[in-house]
Amino acid sequence: MEKRSLIHRFDFLWSGLDKGLGLIVLGLIVISTVTFISASSGTSVKLIDQARNLVLAYSVMLVISRIPPKWLERSAVWIYGFGIALLLAVAAFGLIKKGARRWVNVGVVIQPSEIMKIAMPLMLAWYFQKREGVLKNWDYAVAALLLILPVALIARQPDLGTALLVMSAGLYVIILAGFPWKYIIPVVGFGVFCILLIIIFGGYICEPQVKWFMLHDYQKHRVCTLLDPSTDPLGKGFHTIQSVIAIGSGGLFGKGWLNGTQAHLEFIPEKHTDFIFAVFSEEFGLIGNLILLGLFTALIQRGFAISSSAPTLFTRLLGGAITMIFFTYAFVNMGMVSGLLPVVGVPLPFISYGGTALVTLGIGVGILMSIHRYRRLVQS
Amino acid sequence: MVSFKKPDLDSFQERIHIATLFVTFCFLLLITRLVWLQLVSHGKYALLAESNRIALVPAPANRGLLIDRNGIVIGRNYSALTLDVNAEEVKGNVDQLISDLSEIIDISPRDKRNFKRSLEDSRNMGTFPLRSMLNETETARFMANRYRFPGVEIRARSFREYPYNELASHLIGYIGRVSQKDKERMQAEIEGAKADDPDALQASFLPGIQYVGKIGLEQSYETVLRGVPGYDQVEITAGGKPVRTLSSAPSVPGKNVVLSVDIKLQYLVEQLYGNFRGAFVAIEPETGDVLAFVSKPNFNPNDFVEGIDAGTWKALNESLEKPLYNRPLKGIYPPGSTYKPFMALAALETGKRTPNQAISDPGYFTFGNHTFKDDKVGGHGSVDMAKSIIESCDTYYYLLARDMGVNMMHDFMKPLGFGQITGIDLDGESRGILPSTSWKERSFKKPEQQKWYEGETISLGIGQGYNSFTILQLAHATANLANNGVVMKPHIVKSIENPITRERVLTTPKESYKIDLKKEHIEVIKNAMLDVNRFGTSAAAFKGANYLPAGKTGTAQVFSLGSKTYNHSSTPEFLRDHALYIVFAPADKPKIAIAMVVENAGFGAAQAAPIARKALDYYLEGRWPKEIPEWKNAP
Repeated sequence: MEKRSLIHRFDFLWSGLDKGLGLIVLGLIVISTVTFISASSGTSVKLIDQARNLVLAYSVMLVISRIPPKWLERSAVWIYGFGIALLLAVAAFGLIKKGARRWVNVGVVIQPSEIMKIAMPLMLAWYFQKREGVLKNWDYAVAALLLILPVALIARQPDLGTALLVMSAGLYVIILAGFPWKYIIPVVGFGVFCILLIIIFGGYICEPQVKWFMLHDYQKHRVCTLLDPSTDPLGKGFHTIQSVIAIGSGGLFGKGWLNGTQAHLEFIPEKHTDFIFAVFSEEFGLIGNLILLGLFTALIQRGFAISSSAPTLFTRLLGGAITMIFFTYAFVNMGMVSGLLPVVGVPLPFISYGGTALVTLGIGVGILMSIHRYRRLVQS
Repeated sequence: MVSFKKPDLDSFQERIHIATLFVTFCFLLLITRLVWLQLVSHGKYALLAESNRIALVPAPANRGLLIDRNGIVIGRNYSALTLDVNAEEVKGNVDQLISDLSEIIDISPRDKRNFKRSLEDSRNMGTFPLRSMLNETETARFMANRYRFPGVEIRARSFREYPYNELASHLIGYIGRVSQKDKERMQAEIEGAKADDPDALQASFLPGIQYVGKIGLEQSYETVLRGVPGYDQVEITAGGKPVRTLSSAPSVPGKNVVLSVDIKLQYLVEQLYGNFRGAFVAIEPETGDVLAFVSKPNFNPNDFVEGIDAGTWKALNESLEKPLYNRPLKGIYPPGSTYKPFMALAALETGKRTPNQAISDPGYFTFGNHTFKDDKVGGHGSVDMAKSIIESCDTYYYLLARDMGVNMMHDFMKPLGFGQITGIDLDGESRGILPSTSWKERSFKKPEQQKWYEGETISLGIGQGYNSFTILQLAHATANLANNGVVMKPHIVKSIENPITRERVLTTPKESYKIDLKKEHIEVIKNAMLDVNRFGTSAAAFKGANYLPAGKTGTAQVFSLGSKTYNHSSTPEFLRDHALYIVFAPADKPKIAIAMVVENAGFGAAQAAPIARKALDYYLEGRWPKEIPEWKNAP
């Protein structure tokens, strides 16, 4: 009796959370911690830092999971407006580090584009909820405007990676809200066509004298080294070549925990943050990768299930978009490390080291949990 | 469910299904890629990983030169043959290897220690010099025995050298091997840079950086001097021997740094100080160019480059003379009577005195129940402003300080640069103390100490009390006075030179600000300072000068005498008074302003002023004193 009551005292730490989602995320965190121990050897980052980040992210998740979606809906416009205001502040008097203006000092130095990753789907989901039942085609134009403004502000910082992520977050809401296929298909078709063109004519457009419209030189280099990493094995192609070797040399079963030679001889840059997947792949092999992908698939599946059973359009769109954001991060990161996609600074969700990313993810999971928790309590 | 919502829900379900399909497609794509890498091509990549062991050999960039204002190189590189050891290959039997090698080549304990330290720092990755500067015999002997030492080879490496040894050591500073702390700091810088551009990572690939500036200009201009290291991608056998170079990324050499310092003047002053300790700063008032920046005693920066040996380090570190201490930059001294011209100017500007207003000096001043003494027993008689400067009358300034009050003095002295960071391009500058009531409130904890007592104001007038400044600040203030209130930031580096094109980019700052001073007030002060050298306290030192030197002597107490009278020879050396002197010349169009201290040397006129005289004779007229050996350019 005594023992039971002691445990019950800590019930608040997990009661009401979605068990499926919780177990999947727990699995990912276990993988993260194990890999982190291997990847962080020789760096100044310590396990205790990662533990602190996890506790912080968990607390944020716990708080958010208890906030009814209704509240989020009411504050969506404010959060979005706040985010835009901060982005404008960055543009006007932000801090410049190494040629990019991304930070602003509001007592502490923050990077407002992070806020937009959550604020963007919130705002658009709110808008479509507002227009539910009376949705016209021009509503999509309004939504597009709401989307373009922050994306443009972030892109000109310049931070193309984050801009693309925020844009995709918004696009997911728009597409899930029912944006007609007759518009989607041509755009996607054109995109595929462009990518094919780049692959075919890669040789020409990567010539040093060719300037790319709207893009910085370093962004051009990233695409070009993706097409042919061997053109610059010491410089820009270095990351990709080395991480691909790490993955390939891992084989079916991997080299075993702490035995990765690529990682431990420091051929892998950023091995505990953006390139942690290479360390994991090298040490745990294809089997490990399939388990990891299985966990991500389960996470996405659970997210979709929660969204489908959500009571309002707002929660459905928000849940669906957040799930797709998880997917995008995971796919873009693993695609980049394995040499499928260009190098952009995207962490592997729940696995990469980094406080900001973990807290953002904690907010995302918290929102999904809240949608699940209040699925029957809210009627619109 | 309300019926009109159904289509919406259906449409959402349909979209979720399509999203699921999209996710599945993407993940299948990824799995295909992973299967391709980890199953199909596994053999190839396993081999690559194996031969990948040392793929990149860093090629350090040539460090920029340090050049004085007349083109004399005072920091340079030389290339020498070194015995290089590949750390990975000798792992485990370092001692055996060294003892084998020392049979044919002389290896000192210091070489051995430095090498071992490099090994530890690098966690056994990379190649390190065990012995440098091999001569021909040694090279030949090693080549004959080369087969016995796999992983050891002879290579040409670049080394840093300060050809004039001790000369300007505090100014130049030195470089040293990258320490763990340096690495962590640079890592943090790269982390910051990475957030913006992952490619920045490559630009400062750490193994390519083996030395960093530790102090002096080598430190403050580190990023300019360092350049960007390059790499050779080298194919290596299983034994670790490079087989062939696949490609190279050339290093970008660091830029040369051109100083405003006249190294010959610096040399002359350092010689003139002899065995005296002290600091000497000369500034060109019009530009803020630092012409000489002397801190005595010196040390030899060459001792530090490859790691200093314990004996030398101990001697330098424990010496009572503190040779490692950068005196003009960090040492704070009471300005003593050299403060009086500035006080007199303050009196004119604030309207507390007119030039002709005279006081009668009985030889002391009583405030409350404390008597402040003048150093001339019986007093100076009737003293006006000019006489107060020429004869250095204390009583005049006790009265003036009382009439002005601490805060009025503070507000006037602050723009002149007293007690302020000058912003010179060296790290670690001291601020000193320019007292005010709010300074005292900030600096003390107990309420009774925070209060300003009027008695504390009196000795401020003669540059004592809480007043304490760096010699750099005193020189800066003298230059500002010479320049009629136009403040130029003092700087040691004049321009940055491209090592290949020799093109120079000026880095000299523009006018900082202008202090509003009345022309006729400045004239009063300048004329009085001229008279100091004509028939005042330092007239003897400047007898027969062909230019117009405007100066002021000073003496600063090292410890409080209480009511006793100071006796130079009976006081222990480290407690003797400091001799101070400020001067600028020619007074009508100043080309140089000097502030200096000779520690524990007694009265300013006797020890400090003669050094300043000879420095001015050389700088303004090119006259070299006979007793000092001629300057010789290093080979």
